[in-house]
Parts: sequence; C-alpha cells; structure tokens
Amino acid sequence: MPAETKAPPAEDGRTVLDARDISRALTRIAHEILERNKGPEGLVLLGIPTGGVPLARRVAARIASVEGVDIPVGSLDVTMYRDDLRMRPARTLLPTDIPPGGIDGRTVVLVDDVLYSGRTIRAALDAMNDIGRPRTVRLAVLVDRGHRELPIRADFVGKNLPTSVAEKVTVRLEEIEGEDSVTISGGAATGEGESA
Amino acid sequence: MNRHLLSTGDLSRDDAELILATAEELRSLADRPIKKLPALRGRTVVNLFFEDSTRTRISFEAAAKRLSADVINFSAKGSSLSKGESLKDTALTLEAMGADAVVVRHWASGAPHLLAHSAWVRSSVVNAGDGTHEHPTQALLDAFTLWRHLGSLDGRRVAIVGDILHSRVARSNALLLRTLGAEVTLVAPPTLLPVGVEGWDADTSYDLDSVLPKTDAVMMLRVQRERMNDAFFPTQREYSRRYGLDARRMGMLPEHTLVMHPGPMIRGMEITADVADSDRSVIVEQVTNGVAVRMAVLYLLLSGNESDTGRTPTTGTLQAGAPTTDLDGAAE
Repeated sequence: MPAETKAPPAEDGRTVLDARDISRALTRIAHEILERNKGPEGLVLLGIPTGGVPLARRVAARIASVEGVDIPVGSLDVTMYRDDLRMRPARTLLPTDIPPGGIDGRTVVLVDDVLYSGRTIRAALDAMNDIGRPRTVRLAVLVDRGHRELPIRADFVGKNLPTSVAEKVTVRLEEIEGEDSVTISGGAATGEGESA
Repeated sequence: MNRHLLSTGDLSRDDAELILATAEELRSLADRPIKKLPALRGRTVVNLFFEDSTRTRISFEAAAKRLSADVINFSAKGSSLSKGESLKDTALTLEAMGADAVVVRHWASGAPHLLAHSAWVRSSVVNAGDGTHEHPTQALLDAFTLWRHLGSLDGRRVAIVGDILHSRVARSNALLLRTLGAEVTLVAPPTLLPVGVEGWDADTSYDLDSVLPKTDAVMMLRVQRERMNDAFFPTQREYSRRYGLDARRMGMLPEHTLVMHPGPMIRGMEITADVADSDRSVIVEQVTNGVAVRMAVLYLLLSGNESDTGRTPTTGTLQAGAPTTDLDGAAE
C-alpha cells in the first residue's frame, strides 16, 4: 500500500480518477457511512498511513458538513502486524494516533487508498485488537483493484477497478503528493504492484 | 543499518534519525492497554551480562518482550561464566540455542566487537556497554530525550560532566551527538579526561561554572569508583564542590536547559537531591525512553533480517533478502 502511493511521478499511466472524481467518490462514501450507521453516533474513522490518513480526514470533513458534528479521526499504522516482516528489510514505522475517546464500543471505519490482497486490512484488524474492542469495524477504500488473497471485502468503495496483477495502481493525494489522481500504469514486467 | 550495533560511531546521521523516529512511534505503546507488538514473534534475544546492571538489562528485557521476542537472561553470576568458561564457549552455546540477537555487556572493552566479528555466532550483536569503551543504546536514548525536548539537535550545546575517563556513556554520546549536529563540551578534572581526548570531536573544560550558562543540556556522570585504582581527586567533597551540580549551579543554567544522568546516580556526589528531583531533570524520562529506543534498535536490527543471513561473519552490512536467506531459513 504505501509503496503504491510513493511511486515516482515520472511514471505516467492512464488516469482513471481525477480530482473531481475522487471528490465525488469521497462525498458518496461519507453519505453511505452515515446511512449505514443511521447518523454520526459512535463513529470513529481510522486511516491507514500514508494514503488512508488524508482520505479519512476528508471523509470526516464531509460528514461534519452534512451533520454538523465532528467525528474522531485517527491513524493506525499496521507495519508491526504485517505478515511479511521477516521477508523484507525493516520498514519505517508510521504514526499511530488513536483519538482520545478510544475505539471501545465504537463503530470504527478503516480508511485506505487501495484494497488489493487484503493483507494490510488483516494486519489492521490485528493492530486494532491490541488497542480496544470496537462494536463494529467497517472498511472504506478509494479504489478496490481486486486480487484478494484473504476473505476480506470493503463496505464502502470509491471505485472498483478491474486490473491485472502486472499493473500498478498509483494514488496521489493533494496532502502528500500535491495533486489528486488515481492512475494505472505498467502491465509489462516492470516491478509488480505491492500487496495492499 | 548495520547488522550489529557496536558503536555509535558506526551510525550515519540517517541511521541515527531512523532509530529516533522509530522510537518516537514505539513510545506511544506505553500508553496503550496492551503493551505488546508482534513484530519479533518467534525470535530469541539473549541478554548476556558479564557485568552487573539493573537498568540496562531490565530495559532490554522489556523492549524485547514488548516486541514479542523470547528473552533469555544469561548473567555471569550463577552461570558457567563464573566457573571460568571463555567468551568463545559461551558464544558457541548461545549459537547452538539459536539466538537471533545477543545483547552483551562486558567488563572488557571490545568484547562485543570480538563476538560480532568472530565466526562464533551468526546473530546480531548489540553492545550494552563494554568496559570503558561504548554504550550505544544509552547514547541513543539520551539523544532521543534531547530530541524530544529540544527538537533538532543542530547547533545545540551539550555539556558532559564528570568521570569522562571511565565513561563509555561519554564516548558514545560524544560521537552520536556530533553526528546529529550538536556541540559537545566535556567537563572534568584533568585527571578524569582520557588520554587522547584532544582527538575527540568535542571541546574540553576544567571549569563547570563557565560552561553552564551557555548549554542546552547538562549530562552528569557518576564517578566510577569500581574502575578506579588510583587517586583521581583529593576528596569526594572537593569533587562535589567543583564538579557537582547543586541548586546554585542549576540557577546559572538557561531557562530551557535539561539536566540528565544516565544512572545510577550518587545523590550528594555529582548531583544533589534537589537538582535530581527538580522539574529540569529528565532522569526518570530517560529510563522510559530507554525502552522505546531499545525496541527501535531490536526492531531495526532483527525484522526482515533472518539471523541466518549473517553466515559470512566478516560482512558488516547485510541487507535482508540476501540470496542466502531462503536456503538457510529452510534449513533451520
């Protein structure tokens, strides 16, 4: 997941979502979350760094503008819970920031940029287990590119993107890369996408 | 990062900053209901202590356990080490037990280096203090504490005061703080400065009072009586008066200056009780930070780096995912 967002900008691919598409998708996700939860009560949004964190903040801002209440937003780093820690060089830890109210008894919505193998989400569920016991956990992603390796699915999806494993999905966000876009590149044997 | 942590002199600025940044993320673990991360599950960390230590051993033990590693404590007292077993035979025993990391404290300077560069063990070696040489994780936790309070260490002035001669903490700190951009002043009576100190990248002074007003942190060191077989100063009282930190001297410090001590401290000798307990003192926080820093070190040395990658003992730096990993990992 993080590697996909950090792709060098030189590698230009096909743009599948532009800034306005992303904005509309997030607005829709915000409404779906509210509808599913029957209001903003008990909601906590946790973004998975790096891409998920600004997305969670944006969804929270939309919920605030609709409902007029601020819901807690945080970030949840899953690095220590990954199943490939032994196979790779040590990864840099990213911030975990749990809102002051905690997550016990809340409805936690995990937010990530790309859903791919599902392994990041599995790690996130484990990470959350050590922090508290939410009443419900839901998953919101900007892009679902398929190729799941675990029985995990998203509750709220910005866009379903059929891809081949050889392709690489790159999400760029204003807060991190200075622009909003989702692109697909590759297809040839150039460094296959990382498990997200 | 290197595969071993033997000296702070081996750390580049990037390495050091990576350790500090990792420690910062790990520090928040202390506030969570479950103070454990699964990152080193199934790894074995051996604490090999040839010299007495409470703080460092407990700190390493807590760090390893919070990362879910298995910890074996091996101390000289009550083991075959006290029967005269050599370092080599001890190392071979550890190797046979499958240690992934050996945290070693030894009274002889250079023992961890010998252990790391011999063909005896394949595990990562972490120096937890060797003789009067180095104590890298102490320097890292000191730097981490400074960094949390002062932000960037560039151009910051740190005074290290006391028994520099016998202090591995001073040596590791002088190297690391320079790497991170701070200016170090060593303050001690001439008899407690090591030979060759002019070759260190640090200023020296015999006069504590002149150094205090322009320093951002004062690090007080214990006078290591157990290593002294000579008279280095006339009386304890004279030492305290000239080099001890008391309320009067604390009054000379700038408003933001931190008072640090690696412990164990002798109240009334190098530091008075009211200074040690004042709100300038970050001595207790140093201990808390020690666990986070040691977790960061163990995590960065061990994760993604199967201990078997180090089969060739001469290799200092080894990236995980070296071709030998799969073969050796499968054989284990």
